[in-house]
Amino acid sequence: MKKTTLLLAGTSLALGTTSAFAGSHTGSITAVSWGGAYTVSQIEAYHKPWTAATGNTVVSEDYSGGIAEVKAQVEAGNVTWDIIDVEKSDAVRGCDEGLFMEIDPTSLPAGSDGTAAVDDFIPGSFTDCAVANIVWSTIFAYDSSVTTNGPKTIADFFNVDAFPGKRGLRKSPKANLEMALAADGVASGDIYDVLATDEGVDRAFAKLDTIKDMVVWWEAGAQPPQLLADGEVAMTTAYNGRIFNAVAGEGKSFEIVWDAQVLDVDMWAIIKGAPNAELAMDFLKFSTATEQLAAQASYIAYGPARKSSAPYVTTYHSNADLEMGPQMPTAAANLATAIPNDFEFWADNADELNERFNAWLIN
Amino acid sequence: MMDSSGSLLAVDGTPLRRKLAQSMFRSRVRAFGLALPLLAFIIVVFVYPILDFLRQSVYDARFATLMPATSEAMADWDGSTAPTEEMAAALVADLVIAKKEKTIGKVATRVNRELSGTRSLFTKTARNAKKMKPPYMEALIKKDKDWADIETWHAMKTASRVYTPAYIVAALDRKMLADGSIIQQSEERRIHVQLFARTMEISFLVTIFCLILGYPIAFLMASLPLRTSNLLLILVLLPFWTSLLVRTTAWIAMLQAQGVMNDLFVVFGLATDEDRFSLIYNKTGTLIAMTHILLPFMILPLFSVMKTIPPSYVRAAKSMGATDWTAFWRVYFPQSVPGIGAGALLVFILAIGYYITPALVGGQDGQMVSNIIDFHMRKSLNWNLAAALGLVMLVFVMFLFWVYDRVVGIDNMKLG
Repeated sequence: MKKTTLLLAGTSLALGTTSAFAGSHTGSITAVSWGGAYTVSQIEAYHKPWTAATGNTVVSEDYSGGIAEVKAQVEAGNVTWDIIDVEKSDAVRGCDEGLFMEIDPTSLPAGSDGTAAVDDFIPGSFTDCAVANIVWSTIFAYDSSVTTNGPKTIADFFNVDAFPGKRGLRKSPKANLEMALAADGVASGDIYDVLATDEGVDRAFAKLDTIKDMVVWWEAGAQPPQLLADGEVAMTTAYNGRIFNAVAGEGKSFEIVWDAQVLDVDMWAIIKGAPNAELAMDFLKFSTATEQLAAQASYIAYGPARKSSAPYVTTYHSNADLEMGPQMPTAAANLATAIPNDFEFWADNADELNERFNAWLIN
Repeated sequence: MMDSSGSLLAVDGTPLRRKLAQSMFRSRVRAFGLALPLLAFIIVVFVYPILDFLRQSVYDARFATLMPATSEAMADWDGSTAPTEEMAAALVADLVIAKKEKTIGKVATRVNRELSGTRSLFTKTARNAKKMKPPYMEALIKKDKDWADIETWHAMKTASRVYTPAYIVAALDRKMLADGSIIQQSEERRIHVQLFARTMEISFLVTIFCLILGYPIAFLMASLPLRTSNLLLILVLLPFWTSLLVRTTAWIAMLQAQGVMNDLFVVFGLATDEDRFSLIYNKTGTLIAMTHILLPFMILPLFSVMKTIPPSYVRAAKSMGATDWTAFWRVYFPQSVPGIGAGALLVFILAIGYYITPALVGGQDGQMVSNIIDFHMRKSLNWNLAAALGLVMLVFVMFLFWVYDRVVGIDNMKLG
């Protein structure tokens, strides 16, 4: 009996595949993203449903951030990627450099509740060339099995007397300067006003100076959970989704501190001269629809960029008891002191602050 | 056969000398023809791209091409007087076009490199440029008071140079002003000179460590019977066949605070459990991992030179009364110098451009120039500065090569 079912299933699968290939409009696009648990969530929530609905396939490639590859492809006139998942600052920069196609947000489908796309997406979801899919955040975390009476606020992160041990920080001024100012007592709403002044920048670096000797710098998102698990650091900043996956997927006892989390969005951008630009646009519209964004939230703890997705966010895909709502950076309880990343500020000042940060690092 | 003048003739009657020259020429052409595909290949995929990329270190036509009227209006302005209405009018006209052609981002990024914070100034102003009416200077300042700041115009003046030393100057921690004079960067932004010095220091130390560790091994391999030395050779080559990334990652497992080495130190009482050694994510980590990875490049040239030194020389020295040390130092060692030269140069030059290992285990004080080049290639997209840093590095290595040739002599090098 079992055999027959399998055989039948196999046949129907084969038939399904054949009919998909027989369709005249099927094609394939190359989607580039960050790899790991994040790409898995996209494959489950975007790629598979899109293939099921249209018959088109998605070839998934990984990259480690930055848009140098895109720039190289566009400038050489040999574009092989179609659509890419980028940080907002890269979306803006890539648009400035003429690497991405312009996207009109009004062409996106309305939310499932009928709200027009421009109103349905959370503020800051659009640049001239990109559309947000998820909201992620930089938080800090510690291992509660090691540190029993753990830190509660961002000030504790910088308090090495009360909470001894090494600290993990991303090797970039972004998020670090904001968190340093928050720890120094600046209200989350005033962070960028302070950072826009020379004294503010000095103040942020002075705060970072207090823990400089204790810092282990990380660059890839997969590193901080590893640093925590190895006991290399007592606490570390990290992307909230990575910590969540270590807890939910690998049973680690990491604890996230949401105080002064720095909110950011990831965005889809279509590369100028992409071989399958039209299909990619179709994929972009499909994957940023209410249902797809909500579905993604059961694989990773990044918040959907559409407001209409929130009611559909359910439980973790392999654990029906784990509600995803409270795990999101956008959950009301986590938002109290959140700092939304000011991309305009970073687009203006990234060069100078990076330079100063790099110089600060080696001195 | 001989002709009347007495020179040798070939069978067909031509002088033998000419015949020989002809056939030599033909074989030379054939040899060149055989090497031609490789030569063409190297020029197309190696020499040309490198030169083309290095050109970017002094060439940046972005501003001049995208803002032609402004560049022309500014050509005669020396930056000491207030910017003129004519310049403002040209700027507004260019901004209108740049906004329409969607090139404003490129322009803004370029000027932002000279003066931080000007990116949004340009994009904001471009949005309103179409509505502006003369006098343009007032209209600009009304839109944003930063246009009244002469620094903004200085930045544009610097950006408008097509062939510019600005990037090379920046690679040496200096800054070019609008009038062409060069000053040193402010202290908290100086980074490159120090990085070059550190890169030299790390490469030099790695070379020394490789030599100290590699010489005895090569000596052992050269003096042991063939079967044993082959086994040793395989052991030396084994890491060669493992991915660089894997070897570097293995060192992380070995050296980290909760790693194998530190655990051993704690067991033997050399460190306490709370206060373990920092062996990785700093210069120590970079030195250890790079020495391990580059060691075969020292051992192999040493070994191949030592193998050719006849053991009878040392025996002869000893038979004439030399002590073991004298026989080694006066007879054996000088003959191994070509191997040391080759190995040291190879390791040093490889070390200078090392990138993955310092990136992974270097932490903050184990970074090298290659890491900052990578940063400008991938993150900041400032390829001009990356090219300038590469150029400085290339010139420096060439200089070292020249010094080496003068001091040791390049002919005195043997790779096997």
